[in-house]
Amino acid sequence: MRRTATLWGATISVTVAVTGAALFAQAPARFGFGRPATPQEIAAIDIDVMPDGRGLPPGRGTSAEGAVIYAAKCAQCHGKTGTEGPNDILVGREPRTGFQFAQNPKLPHTIGNYWPYATTVFDYVRRAMPPTAPGSLTDDEVYALTAFLLHANELIAVDAVMDQSTLARVVMPARQYFVPESRPAPPKPRP
Amino acid sequence: MKVTRRDLLAGAAGAVVLGKTTRAQTRTPVDPTKVRGTPTSAMGQRARTATPQRLVRGNISSTPHQDLMGIITPSDLHFERHHAGVPEIDPANYSLLIHGMVDRPMVFSLADLKRFPSVSRIHFLECSGNLGRVAGPETTPGLLAGLTSTSEWTGVKLATLLKEVGVQPKATWLLAEGSDAAVLTRSVPMAKALDDALIAYGQNGEAIRPEQGYPARLFLPGWEGNASVKWLRRIEVSDAPFMTREETSKYTEPFANGTARMFSFQMDARSLITYPAFPNTLEPGWVEIKGIAWTGAGKIRRVEVSTNGGATWAAAELQEPVLSMAHTRFRHLWNWTGGEAVIMSRAVDGTGYVQPTRAELLKLRGPGTAIYHMNPITGWVVQATGNVIYKQEPWG
Repeated sequence: MRRTATLWGATISVTVAVTGAALFAQAPARFGFGRPATPQEIAAIDIDVMPDGRGLPPGRGTSAEGAVIYAAKCAQCHGKTGTEGPNDILVGREPRTGFQFAQNPKLPHTIGNYWPYATTVFDYVRRAMPPTAPGSLTDDEVYALTAFLLHANELIAVDAVMDQSTLARVVMPARQYFVPESRPAPPKPRP
Repeated sequence: MKVTRRDLLAGAAGAVVLGKTTRAQTRTPVDPTKVRGTPTSAMGQRARTATPQRLVRGNISSTPHQDLMGIITPSDLHFERHHAGVPEIDPANYSLLIHGMVDRPMVFSLADLKRFPSVSRIHFLECSGNLGRVAGPETTPGLLAGLTSTSEWTGVKLATLLKEVGVQPKATWLLAEGSDAAVLTRSVPMAKALDDALIAYGQNGEAIRPEQGYPARLFLPGWEGNASVKWLRRIEVSDAPFMTREETSKYTEPFANGTARMFSFQMDARSLITYPAFPNTLEPGWVEIKGIAWTGAGKIRRVEVSTNGGATWAAAELQEPVLSMAHTRFRHLWNWTGGEAVIMSRAVDGTGYVQPTRAELLKLRGPGTAIYHMNPITGWVVQATGNVIYKQEPWG
């Protein structure tokens, strides 16, 4: 019996080895699942804007136009002038020098003192604001609100027009202070 | 005495309020060996007297680690962090678009995603802001560090999909975008996408819960939770990060040297004693100190426990198997003879990295209270009465 069992065992091992090689076939270069995306369906949801302005749509807006929209759709959460809350405080340049957020954790992170890119304001407002009707603002309205918030933070002139070519050129004061991941690899202590 | 289901539920609720189990036990109406039990059912339920609950605070809910065992977090107790609520998505209408710097922009239905080779992996997911900010003495483990949970995640490797669409050589980043009302976006380095990123549609053996991204989400093992975008609808491949609100205005860490760090993805080693902790009361005698440890750097190598405020440390027992980037359960037997004691744990990961004290972290970063990526050693004070309370360092 033992001899037979051993033989059986050997036979099974050989069989597994052979079929095993067949079962673990090399994955194909492509599976062919899914379907090609059409330019129209990409355009319909490709709403992101990059710091260099890629993705900004046609349209335009000024601070004066934005002030009207802000009062109607934003002030209830962010305050009359963007400094009152109760939600994120959007306006404020203090401290004027340095970047003292670690020393003073109570400092609000506003667009004027903390946001490193102006394009992010457009991108975020367009995709997520106002929370009661996200995605409801027209591109002109988003440009206007962006202009209003940048002007309130003393970053653009009162009559500046924000559009595809001007917005990405706005230099944010906080830009110079942002650095990418810089922690040493563990096991070193990691700030 | 006739006892209704309502009475039993009231009893269970009373037990929760009182923090005791005695009332529910005294309400148990019958000798179970004398009454035929309930029939089989299509969907099981927890025992009526087992009522763990997430702690809900606004748009956050925390895993009640004090109520859990082992390493898998029950899916309905996985922590939540949403930016505009949990969307309701019809899986029949779900699709994932991958476009940008690719040879073949493509759309995948949920059925398409499930046709690709699948993988299942047990990993923790932790919010980068996982440290209770208003932690007083009556802080439970769930309130202190309940924004980490472990699940078995099933899905398709993102690398498989990126091969399908043909990523162009100059591509270095991708944008992941959710279909919640925040249309939340994060930039992810291509190296991570090609390494171990998943498009997950399964959680603990079934479809992902709505709160965790149903029907499909990005999952980046070991990285801050916010980057694992839920309800994923779109991936755009590019040659630069997108600098979204969630990686500039939020989820960045200011330092005392006047800079702010972006893209600090990896979660560092951390441990948490889950028993004894607030609101437990101890009796003198043997106590099994229990807890979890985890690290985004790989496996936990060792957990050390101190029962004397850090004066001496002893190696805790680790429950096998120890999995990479997953909660690891540790235990340590302690004979509490009475008197006040501070119990603490510290994790050491596979690289040799040692979980730091709060003072060490703040010295490296600056004096202000940091919000993100805080993984300090935490301790519980066992008072002479046996009551256990939370206390932030220093403990002396």
